Order: sequence, then C-alpha cells, then structure tokens
Amino acid sequence: MTLNVDTPAPARREGPRRSSGPRNPGRGGRGLARFDLRATPYFLVSPYFLLFAVFGLFPLGYTAWVSLHDWELAGDKTFTGLDNYTELIADGAFWNAVLNTVGIFVIATIPQLVLALMLANALNKRIRGRLFFRLGILLPLVTSVVAVAVVFTQLYGRDYGMINWFLSLFGVEAIEWQNQSWSAWIAIATMIDWRWTGYNAIILLAAMQTIPKDLYEAASLDGASARRQFWQITVPMLRPTLIFVVFVSTIGGLTLFAEPVMFEGNPTMAGGATGQYQTVAMFIVKEAFRDFDMGYASAAAWLLFALILIGILINYSFTRRIGGKK
Amino acid sequence: MLNTKRQGKLAAVAVMAATALAITSCGSSEPTPAAGGDGASSAAAAPVTITVHTFGGGENFGYDEAVKKWNAEHPNIQVKYQNLTDRFEDVFLPQLLQKLQAGSGAADIVGIDEGAMGLMKARPQFFADLGQFGLENRKADFPAAKWENGVNKDGKLFALGTDIGGMTMCYRKDLFEKAGLPTEREEVGKLWPDWAAFMEAGKKFQAANPGKGDPKFLDGPNTLYNVVLSQEGPKNGNIAYFDTNNQLVIDKNPAVKTAFDTVKSFSEAGLTAKLASFTPEWNAAIKKGGFATMGCPAWMLGVVSGAAGDENKGKWDVASVPGGAGNWGGSYLAIPAQSKHQKEAAEVLNYLTGKEGHIAAFKEAAAFPSSLPAQQDPAVADLKNEFFNDAPTGQIFGASVKDLLPLFLGEKHAQVKTAAEKVLEGMDKGSIPYAEAWTKFVEAGTKAAG
Repeated sequence: MTLNVDTPAPARREGPRRSSGPRNPGRGGRGLARFDLRATPYFLVSPYFLLFAVFGLFPLGYTAWVSLHDWELAGDKTFTGLDNYTELIADGAFWNAVLNTVGIFVIATIPQLVLALMLANALNKRIRGRLFFRLGILLPLVTSVVAVAVVFTQLYGRDYGMINWFLSLFGVEAIEWQNQSWSAWIAIATMIDWRWTGYNAIILLAAMQTIPKDLYEAASLDGASARRQFWQITVPMLRPTLIFVVFVSTIGGLTLFAEPVMFEGNPTMAGGATGQYQTVAMFIVKEAFRDFDMGYASAAAWLLFALILIGILINYSFTRRIGGKK
Repeated sequence: MLNTKRQGKLAAVAVMAATALAITSCGSSEPTPAAGGDGASSAAAAPVTITVHTFGGGENFGYDEAVKKWNAEHPNIQVKYQNLTDRFEDVFLPQLLQKLQAGSGAADIVGIDEGAMGLMKARPQFFADLGQFGLENRKADFPAAKWENGVNKDGKLFALGTDIGGMTMCYRKDLFEKAGLPTEREEVGKLWPDWAAFMEAGKKFQAANPGKGDPKFLDGPNTLYNVVLSQEGPKNGNIAYFDTNNQLVIDKNPAVKTAFDTVKSFSEAGLTAKLASFTPEWNAAIKKGGFATMGCPAWMLGVVSGAAGDENKGKWDVASVPGGAGNWGGSYLAIPAQSKHQKEAAEVLNYLTGKEGHIAAFKEAAAFPSSLPAQQDPAVADLKNEFFNDAPTGQIFGASVKDLLPLFLGEKHAQVKTAAEKVLEGMDKGSIPYAEAWTKFVEAGTKAAG
C-alpha cells in the first residue's frame, strides 16, 4: 500500500496492467482498476480527514459563528456582529488572563527547555545505568495531570504544605501560594516542569543520537572542547527537533488549564479572588459555563487561537536563528 | 530524493496509524450509547426507570431511604437516585443547562437550588408542565412564596419545593468548653442575641486560642455573609442582588452592604479560618475542628454531619442564630421536558415533595420540609437530631421558619452570587485589601450580571 502511494507518475501506466490484466481483461475492468488505483489512497486516508472535519473544522467554524452573537447558554441568541470582540479587547479581565498565561508560559518553558537540553546531553554520554536514568526522567509523564496538580497543590498548602514547612526552617512566614500572582505562577510552573521536562529531554536525546558520530570525531581531532562541540555541533543539528519541542510547548503553555484549575481547588474557574492565576483557557470556560455567555467565550477562544499563532511565529523566528544560517 | 521519499513513507505510515486509531476509537465508543439508553427501547416490557439527579454536600437531599421505600412498593417504576456533586452554581447548574440545551442527558427529575429558579422560570421550554399531571392541587401544601417560585413566566407550574433553609448557628461543643464559653445550647443562644454580642463571644474565644495552629471562631466569609444577607433581605424589600424588575441593585440594597460589612468586621478582627465553603479544606476543618461556629440553615446540618463523619458525633451542636430569622437556600424538583417518562416522573416527584418524602429527607439530611403538612407532623416537630447531641431540630427549625419570607432572587442571581462571594474570599485571605474590597465586590457582581 505504501508502495502505491509512492509510485512515481511515469510508472503508473504499467502498474495496473500488470496487476489487473490477467484477472480482468475487459475495458470496464481496466477503468475500474485505474479508478481503484487512484481513489484507494484517498479512500484510505479519508477517515482521518472526515473525523478532522467533524471534530476539528466544524467546531472551529461554529465557534466563529457563535462568537458573532450574544449567545446565552440554553437561552437567547441575537446577532451582534463583532461586538464581542470589541468588548473583549477592552476587557481588563481578559488581558489579565493573557498576562497570566504568558507569564506562566515564560517562567515554566524557558527553564524547562534549558534543563531538558542539559539532561539530554548528559544522558547521551556513556554513564552507568543509562537506561535506568532515561526511563526515570520519562516517568513523570505517565502520571495524570490532575494527580500531579493535586499532589503539588498539597505540597504548596498554606497550613500543612511541605514547602511552607521547609521554608519555615529558615524563618519564612507561611506563604499562601494562591494569594499573589508571582507565587501562584511559580507553583504552577513547577507542576508543568515536573511533568514535561523529561518528555522534552527524551525527544532531544533521540535527536542527538541521530547526529553522525564522525562529526564529533572530526571535531575532537581538530581539538574542539566538549563544550564547543555541544554548541557548534549538537545544538545546530538539533534545530528541527528544537523547533518541534518549542512549538509543542507553546501550544501546551498557552492552552494551560488543568494545573491552575486544580491549584485553585474549586471549579469556579476564577483563578483566585482577583484572577491572580486565571489562564485564558479558564477565562473561556468561566465565561461559557459559569456566566453562561457562550458568544463572549467563543470570541475569547478565537483570540486565543490568534495568540497562539503569534506566539509560534515569535518562537519560530527565535529558533530559526539557532546555529546560524543553514 | 532519498530523503523526500522516506518522508513520504513516514507520512503515509503516520496517516495509516491515525486512521487505525480513529477507527478503533470509533469502534470502542459505539457500545456506550446502547448501554446508556435504558429508556425508550425497554419501556414497554420492563419497569420504567426514573432517574433523579441532585447536588449538595454531606447527606445532600437525603432521599436514600425515601427512594428505597418507593422502589420496594412500586416494582413498575424504579427510581435511580444520584447526587452528582457538592457544588451547585459552578458544577451542577452549568451541566444541567448544557443537557437541557442539548435535548438529552438530563435526569427525569432534577434538583434546582433556589438561586437558579429565576433562570429556570425564564426558560419554560425546557420543563414539563406539572399541571397536566394534576399537581396543581398541591398548592395548599406549601407556603405561598415557595409555591409561587415554582411557577414559570408562562404561568405554568414546573417545580415543587423540597426543603426550606431556616437559620441557626452550629457550634463545636468541645472547642467552646476549652475556651471557657458556655456549652449548653440555650445558654449559647443567650450569649449572642445580636451580631455585636457574637463578635464579643468570638473575641473571647480567640483570646483563648491565640496560637497559629489553633482553631478559629468562624469558618470563613461565605456562611456568615449568607446568614446576614438572609436576615437583612426581608427588611429591605425582600430582595438580594436584583429588584423585582430584575435590575441589579448590588450597590444599592442596604442588605448586601450590611452583610458585606459584617463579614469584613469579623475578618478584620481575625476571627475567621479563611476557608471558602464547600471546598475540601473546609470539609476537613469541619471534621478536625478547625473552627468553632458557622451559620447553619437546616440543610447545612446534613452537610456538617456528612463531612464530620460518625466519629465526631456529639461534638457539633446547634443554637439560635444572632440577628433573628432568615432563609438561606432550599430547593425544588422539576421534570425536564426531554424526559421520556414524564407521567411516571410526576408520580415520583409528587411522592418526594409530598409529606412522606419531606419527612424522610428531614430524618436523613436534616433538610427542613417546606411542605406544611410535613412541618406539622409530629414526626418532624418532635424529631431530635442524634448527630447534634439530640438537638430538637424539629422544634428549632419549625420556630425559625414560621414567618419566613424567602427572598426574591433574580434571573442571574447564581452568577452574581458566585462572583461577589469570590471577592469576599479574596478579602478574607488577604489578596484584596479591605479598603478596596467593596468596590471590587460591586464590580465583580456587576460584571457577572452583564
């Protein structure tokens, strides 16, 4: 099957004759065979695209349609054009959610990727129990996000949390981590990093192993230090993988939802009394399913989409420069 | 060339894998709807199953016994009673609205908190008219306000009342004893005729518990706020956040301001444990004795006994509340129009909101009957609550609901309540300065109403 897909154009004429000729010599049969050859690949890939259309494209379009209305959940719907968008752009709460999302993304993702890169590099060396460590750093990924968030939220508990207990050894007053933006952001960022650093490290490690050894050999013959080899060979060769990792982290970071919700401890989606850690995804759910304003939430969802695109473009322009021009 | 070919192959494999995944996931999800659809297909032969979905912490609606009895007596109409969640405004209500909008998924009988009745009254298309099943004749069973609230904007009866709140103050006997305060419920009631006296008692309690890990006098902002609002509302036109024309009056209603100021004064005095109600921490503190008092409508007794567990039997008690009568909470049952067995559901609803159902719920969850015949029944009037040191709860709540006037709650009451109380929680925990809290409070409420 894969062969058929790859069959170059000139060979096409020969293909059907050989396979269908003996079985079905008639004209119609040949037409059918050709149709079969041309249509089958599309037919075989169609389930994915059909599902994508139903569960991907349709909701996307429908959300856009809803966002043009004053659309109350199980209530009235009136067309209002772009009112939701203009209102949203002037809404301080929305921009607060954007700031939180970007803030958490920055303090979570940058240390995470640097750490992942260092981990991958360490695991790429010949060390004792390599397999153990490689599996070990991937282990957090198999735990559920909610479980991670619940455990971390308890660690960050005000009265009985382990982190406050540890800080109290140094005379630090008990911190109510949910109360300020900075503390909540840090707490949430640690949850994200604990779960995803290993995942990114493994992907980077896999990419590192595809780098030809002779490059390093040549470099050491020329007297390049290990550090120089890392920056001049490893990092540039990792560029495509780094771009992938950065994209996935951007999408994940900007749609952050489960961790802050669990961190809050109740499903009001408010992200703290003044929205100290309300992310855009929480903002959307709050508008749609707590205040029942579907139109407004849909508009916010589209703005989030735009935000992610912008975020990816910015990151792409950064990661493109890694290792200079290629 | 080689490279692109390999990529092509890879892509093809990836697509195939995705297809396979999609197909298998399709296949595996297929049996579920068949298994879930216990309605139409089996209706003719097998007995009808009526599902009842409710909400609430602890013992919630308290229908376990009532349902057991019904099922034993009615082999042809079997009731499946399920409490979905602790939380009404931000879990049960949005889910219910989505199911109503979708036209499927809602239970045959659903519980609705008084806070969302305005919202439901404005959506008559989603509920069955109970009048067609003869339930109009139940009018004499309910106080006028409770009955009127179950009539929608088309003038059709769509919901019947379950319980009514009333108001008392729950307190921890053991903690009171340790702090040198009286422990007997009559004396405790005399200790605080009004909120100023309650504050004095609180300061005395806190002076005896100065340590960081020591219990606090009050749980947090939410319960106190709702108690005071329920007392002040009737003095100010019987409204809360909305006037009877559904106009937002959160900044104008003196009842709201008084309730806010009361919470603020107790929070500033350091008498609260800074716990938001209906959260796991709050439940844990009820159990462990993290605070000594909290405002208790009748149904709250079921929440307390459920959260505290049997091992804490006798530690909690009930006394009269400072500041007089009020009503917080109380619920209704309705039948969604999407139900395939409305007639049978109406029979069950009639039973659950009837005298027998009300009495069973009161015994199980301390939910005080709104039904007048049930209130007058000796089974209610003379009932003592074992968990609360055999407190004569029938008598206590009977007295507290006597001249009760439930508040008018607007269409968006639930949203405004959630948003406004969130600010109270922030103020209590210190993320909103006391000086800015009232402005923030009004802002949040206005935004939620808009």
